[in-house]
Amino acid sequence: MACLELRGVAKSYGTGDSATHVLRNINLKVEQGEFVAIVGYSGAGKTTLMSLLAGLLTPDRGEIVLNGKPMVGPGPDRGVVFQNYSLLPWLTAYDNIMLAVNQVFKSWSAEQKRAHVDKFLSMVKLTAAAKKRPHELSGGMRQRVSVARALASNPEILLLDEPLGALDALTRATLQDEIEKIWRENRTTAVLITNDVDEGILLADRIIPLSAGPAATLGPEVRVDIPRPRDRRAITHDPAFRSIRNTVIGYLLGPGARKKPGKMDPAIVLSPQTEEALA
Amino acid sequence: MSTLDEKFLEFSHLSMSFPKADGTSTKVVDDFQLTVAKGEFVCLIGHSGCGKSTVLSVLAGLINASEGGAILQGREVREPGIDRGIVFQQPNLLPWLSAFGNVMMAVNAAFPQLSRKERADKATHFLTLVGLEDAMEKKSGELSAGMRQRVGIARAFALDPKVLLLDEPFGMLDSLTRFELQQVLLDLWATDRKTAFMVTHDVDEALFLSDRVVMMTSGPHAKVGKIVKVPFSRPRDRATLMEHPQYYDYRDTLIEFLNSQEHDKGQNKAA
Repeated sequence: MACLELRGVAKSYGTGDSATHVLRNINLKVEQGEFVAIVGYSGAGKTTLMSLLAGLLTPDRGEIVLNGKPMVGPGPDRGVVFQNYSLLPWLTAYDNIMLAVNQVFKSWSAEQKRAHVDKFLSMVKLTAAAKKRPHELSGGMRQRVSVARALASNPEILLLDEPLGALDALTRATLQDEIEKIWRENRTTAVLITNDVDEGILLADRIIPLSAGPAATLGPEVRVDIPRPRDRRAITHDPAFRSIRNTVIGYLLGPGARKKPGKMDPAIVLSPQTEEALA
Repeated sequence: MSTLDEKFLEFSHLSMSFPKADGTSTKVVDDFQLTVAKGEFVCLIGHSGCGKSTVLSVLAGLINASEGGAILQGREVREPGIDRGIVFQQPNLLPWLSAFGNVMMAVNAAFPQLSRKERADKATHFLTLVGLEDAMEKKSGELSAGMRQRVGIARAFALDPKVLLLDEPFGMLDSLTRFELQQVLLDLWATDRKTAFMVTHDVDEALFLSDRVVMMTSGPHAKVGKIVKVPFSRPRDRATLMEHPQYYDYRDTLIEFLNSQEHDKGQNKAA
């Protein structure tokens, strides 16, 4: 049974003539322990889709089913990593993670919690920076804290909303490798939303392109049958990599392409609200 | 092609030193040599910090080389000028002007002899070619990053420069928007095949756009490492190009060069 399923989901903003149709007829099944990547243009509605998965928005049409039950609102069973980290600036890296752990593992002893936070700080290689506040950390380090926080709450599903979009190419590559490694060790069901096809191929079991908006929908899925661990250098020689890359890019530049450069998507405006809802 | 056209643009023994705190200096770029023919599209790739932008800045006239220099149509470049259209990573639009106003400003400077109507037509023409006919009156704050860079491209082409200088123009954009803008740039370039010199570290971008890819070694003492002639016929279309049986061989060649340079850099550091 799929642990997460979207059936005929649609989402619009506004009403009547001024309505903007962001997503239409989204059908998606995510299996337990699977890593799915959704690749699409900025402004296509990726964040709207992620907010639906997180339970921060409700669909206008269709339904979202989590473990066989209709999804109602956000919950700690889904850990979200946002592009802008969303860390509390007055708390240290350690305390940001502890905040999540306190919420989820209320019955644990202080010692158990401490050991748990330390474990995830070490997993993202931030033990030395545990006492630093977000402003004392680089973008890459902040995103590591955010990943550690999401994982430490032991979610059933990890939702990654362009987690590496704000980082430079080199840091992005390093963190992709780390996420791949951490995921291999944990095998948490994961949905990654990204605009980077190569990132999707490196990390996911399945890639699904999202067509450009308005009224974006999912295109044909491509299975990534490349054995793990995946090495970013070796992978480029793999004929499977080339064929997947060409198929996904071909769809996004062909049937799923943006028609006009001018159309900005109201979904972009949504992320501050999403942040607020989470804070 | 005349000798002048074959050597339309030349980097001659270009070296660039920067002083260090201890009074000595570091030669970042050391004896960089390259000739670009008229109408050629050349991409310069290399790791960040290797000195790619330094080379481009000398050609732009923004800095003067410590030794050697850049020669454009037989004349040494000593200062910036309107005969070179530049697109930077940041489009640097004037925020209080519309997209049209920003392009118009360049057109006014380059074509003072034309009538106001002719200049406005020119600005409109180039904005239309980059797909912004419906957004010409928008200010830069109302445009997405991709659209702002479209204005930047329109502005550079509208100058009708001798040479186009592109310094990682799509470096700030997400990968799919980058694909779109590469196509916009290439289509625009194909209309009159202006000599173009572009700095990038994106190998797919270099293969899609250029006639030759020049690979630069890692600094200090960076120079031309290897040059690859890109054989794919034009006009190019991304999907078709990527299906070309040799596309990924070329891509591997470039990636391997960059990887080997990264390796060397590590060794330098250890030493």
